[in-house]
Amino acid sequence: MNNNSAPLLQVENLRTHFHIPEGTVFAVNGISFNINEGETLAVVGESGCGKSVTMLSILGLIPIPPGEIVTGKAIFRDKDLIKLSESEFEHLRGDEVAMVFQDPMTSLNPVLTIGKQITETLRTHLGLTQDAAEQRAVELLERVGIPEAASRLGNYPHQFSGGMRQRVMIAIALSCNPSLLIADEPTTALDVTIQAQIVELVLHLREQLHMTIIWITHDLGVVAGLADRVIVMYAGFIVEEAHVDDLYENPRHPYTLALLGALPRVDRRRDHRLNSIPGAPPNLLVEPQGCPFAPRCTYVIDRCWAENPTLVPIAPEHKMACWVDTSTIMTGSR
Amino acid sequence: MTRFILRRVLQAIPLLFIISIVLFFLMRNMGDPIATMAGRQITRPADRARLTRQLGLDKPIYIQYIYWLAGNDWAKTDMDGDGVAETPGTRKGILRGDFGTSLVNRGKPVIQVIGERLPNTLILMLASEVIIILGSLIIGVYSAIRQYSAMDNLMTGLSFIGYSMPIFFIALISMYIFGVLFQRWGLPYLPTVGMFDPKVGKTAGQIALHMVLPVLSMSIISFAAYSRYIRSTMLEVMNQDYIRTAKSKGLPRREIIFIHALKNASLPIVTVVGLDLPLLLGGAVVTERIFAWPGMGRLFLDYVSRSDVAVVMGILMLIAVAVIVFQIITDVVYAWLDPRIRYEK
Amino acid sequence: MTDAEVLTTKIPRLSQDEIESPPLTLGQLTWRRFRRHKMAMFGGVVLILLFLYSAVGSIVLPESYANFTDTNLRLQAPTSAHPFGTDAVGRDILARTIYGGQISLLIGLTAVIIETVAGVLIGAAAGYYGGWLDAVLMRITEAMLNIPEIFLLIVMAKEFGGKIPSVTFFGREFSGSVIVIVMIIGLTSWMYLARIVRAEFLSLKENDFILAARSTGTSNSGIIFKHILPNSMAPIIVSATLGVANAILAEAYISFLGLGVQPPTATWGNMLDGANSYLESAPWLWFFPGMLILLTVLSINFLGDGLRDALDPHSRAV
Repeated sequence: MNNNSAPLLQVENLRTHFHIPEGTVFAVNGISFNINEGETLAVVGESGCGKSVTMLSILGLIPIPPGEIVTGKAIFRDKDLIKLSESEFEHLRGDEVAMVFQDPMTSLNPVLTIGKQITETLRTHLGLTQDAAEQRAVELLERVGIPEAASRLGNYPHQFSGGMRQRVMIAIALSCNPSLLIADEPTTALDVTIQAQIVELVLHLREQLHMTIIWITHDLGVVAGLADRVIVMYAGFIVEEAHVDDLYENPRHPYTLALLGALPRVDRRRDHRLNSIPGAPPNLLVEPQGCPFAPRCTYVIDRCWAENPTLVPIAPEHKMACWVDTSTIMTGSR
Repeated sequence: MTRFILRRVLQAIPLLFIISIVLFFLMRNMGDPIATMAGRQITRPADRARLTRQLGLDKPIYIQYIYWLAGNDWAKTDMDGDGVAETPGTRKGILRGDFGTSLVNRGKPVIQVIGERLPNTLILMLASEVIIILGSLIIGVYSAIRQYSAMDNLMTGLSFIGYSMPIFFIALISMYIFGVLFQRWGLPYLPTVGMFDPKVGKTAGQIALHMVLPVLSMSIISFAAYSRYIRSTMLEVMNQDYIRTAKSKGLPRREIIFIHALKNASLPIVTVVGLDLPLLLGGAVVTERIFAWPGMGRLFLDYVSRSDVAVVMGILMLIAVAVIVFQIITDVVYAWLDPRIRYEK
Repeated sequence: MTDAEVLTTKIPRLSQDEIESPPLTLGQLTWRRFRRHKMAMFGGVVLILLFLYSAVGSIVLPESYANFTDTNLRLQAPTSAHPFGTDAVGRDILARTIYGGQISLLIGLTAVIIETVAGVLIGAAAGYYGGWLDAVLMRITEAMLNIPEIFLLIVMAKEFGGKIPSVTFFGREFSGSVIVIVMIIGLTSWMYLARIVRAEFLSLKENDFILAARSTGTSNSGIIFKHILPNSMAPIIVSATLGVANAILAEAYISFLGLGVQPPTATWGNMLDGANSYLESAPWLWFFPGMLILLTVLSINFLGDGLRDALDPHSRAV
């Protein structure tokens, strides 16, 4: 990994709110992270922690209103994406940055053929003719492992299985050779066996195309095989950031510990109870005060309620936001 | 696909029978057919008895229904009153296309009576439907794209008013403004009576001119309702995941709205528009009365009040058939447009 | 951390906001959502005003005044003595709109009661019992739906018209035609609700809580009325509300065509009958009753829209 050149994407202090009748949802509360070319960054957290909203904010896909990007920068190749106009975004999306979404059933247009949904991207960004675009579409489908690709161009999404649909989505995303691929929980809606296939496909393609990938998931199992670095998010904050090996070997934030502890493990006794994290997810309608994880944290101290800890480095390339040094208080079995 | 159509047609047939039975029974009490036929003359008892037998009114009601349905030329009527049936009837029955003869216009076939007026109503309905579809599409899509803008709120408010108005009120107001006031103010004004000016003759231009106000009255209510419906359908579609995908692909906005969104939105719209027929027909009745337009609606009103059962039944059956046929057409078009139905795995 | 500290910190603590906002009942939630719908509130207020207009007005101006004809005063434009003008036989239009309003609103409400009861019973029976009962009821429903309402109304009005005698109610005499109108509107509008209720019953009866009720021995009618029906109140309420608008319009249409309520009883609809002969000379004849119909129907539509949103936020508004 080349850390000397400037990062491909640099996000600084991103804050996104949603204004709904019940109040303001504080979805993303000051996120900063970088990703370098060729890296695969995993963003981990439970539903509602702001991981999707972060990516959608960067790509300008948040509906405004009710959304509002209060502050923040997202520098991609010397351009601040937050300040981009809609027409500038139209050039960027699909071409340099592409996104794959969670549910392939609803993310593909049911009344348009697969062929059309691939070729339109090619024709918009690369200016190909209809024939050239269709040829390339067939190539792409073959690349993602769709059998009899040529005859399937005229099929509609409902004529494919779930795994196939996700492959199609990946094909669409890769059609214009984007520099950055953002995958928002692409395997969550699929069967476990299909999940593995998709992850393998992405690994394969990553090698071939030297892609930079941001992979959002709540599944720590997937992260291990895929990511170079990991960001752990909670309630719109980043609570830990580390290289993947480091995270699994030296997890420090109580939330990360809890997540890892909650993983079912093959090497534990079968009657060992799964550790779940007590309490409920945070109420995002309340302006965050103090550490958002405090209500559920095993290690909470008074300071946690009063002040929200900032993200500080605790080791080379390993940052964490917590007042408590959990490495000194390891309790329970691992 | 053909099986689908066939199935719907087969389902429709018993329905039509049920409708005809319901209507037939309703019609029985609609006044005295013999008195209608006689007009202002008083019938002599002998004539009355003869007509009763001729019209089959002395038979039990289910026999009357069968005669209406399948005719009575295969059965014998007792014409001379001697208690012995010897003359075959003259009616062929609905199933063979014989709707009987009008009671008011003695002996004139019902089909002819209706046929004279039907095209006039069809012109109105066709013009209204075109305006409704085009207008509500334009306003609906525009309002959805510019949600919450001043224009959108204005359109929403006007739509509510539009479909809360009784059609005759719309007609009267438009007549007053465009017919009376405009004339008073020296502006070119629109005619408010009939289909054409007798002095000028039945030209296309005259008909077009006289059509404006009736068509306006007939379209406003549906136009208001549908523009709101299209707006909310478009909004729902625009919130779907696949639109977010389309945006993430960097497609130009026009393409997203008119190809990705509209194609999906058009499905429920087709359904709703196709089922508009009954409303338009109902509107025609009132509109034709106000504007003295010689159409089928006005015919219906007149002939109901004069108890011409044959014509009224004819019109009602025609309407029922049209409504059902339109339903089937709508279903078929919907199935054809939605690839999920058309290409079932 | 001492053992005591570990013990106490393991108990999840409620944050401030969770303590401060207690859960709301369904009714409270609905009312809150409704309140936010400004148009619905506006509609509600206008309706109350219209009710007051008809109610209070009839205290101020007696019915005999509304029916008092004075041909010397015929077709007068609005003046201070007759703020809405006079009609073709010299009756005061303002008074007639007051009493007409009473009849129109009364017809609207009673017709809706009939059609709601009919629609719910038929829909519930079809949806709950299924089988041949469902098939028969639905065929009849479909058959009636296939004939446009106004044609049915005209035919029925002709058929039943004049056959029902006047009725005296609370010391006021109502002509038989009012009862006829209420009946036929009720008889031609139940189909929409029946279909909705049937759909609700079809989906709700598969639920586990119904199974539970049945296993504890609740009778069929008990299940229908105590368990399923309360859970499908939302569409019934919305349908009933919008049904009032439809009934008022239906009465207006049929009376306008001369087949509805007969004079001298006034309704907003029959006041417009023959108005197009006086289109130019006396626009006040049709303008005021027409406006009142419009205001009433508009407010009900606003109200119904708000109710629909309040009771089911996921519904598609029209």
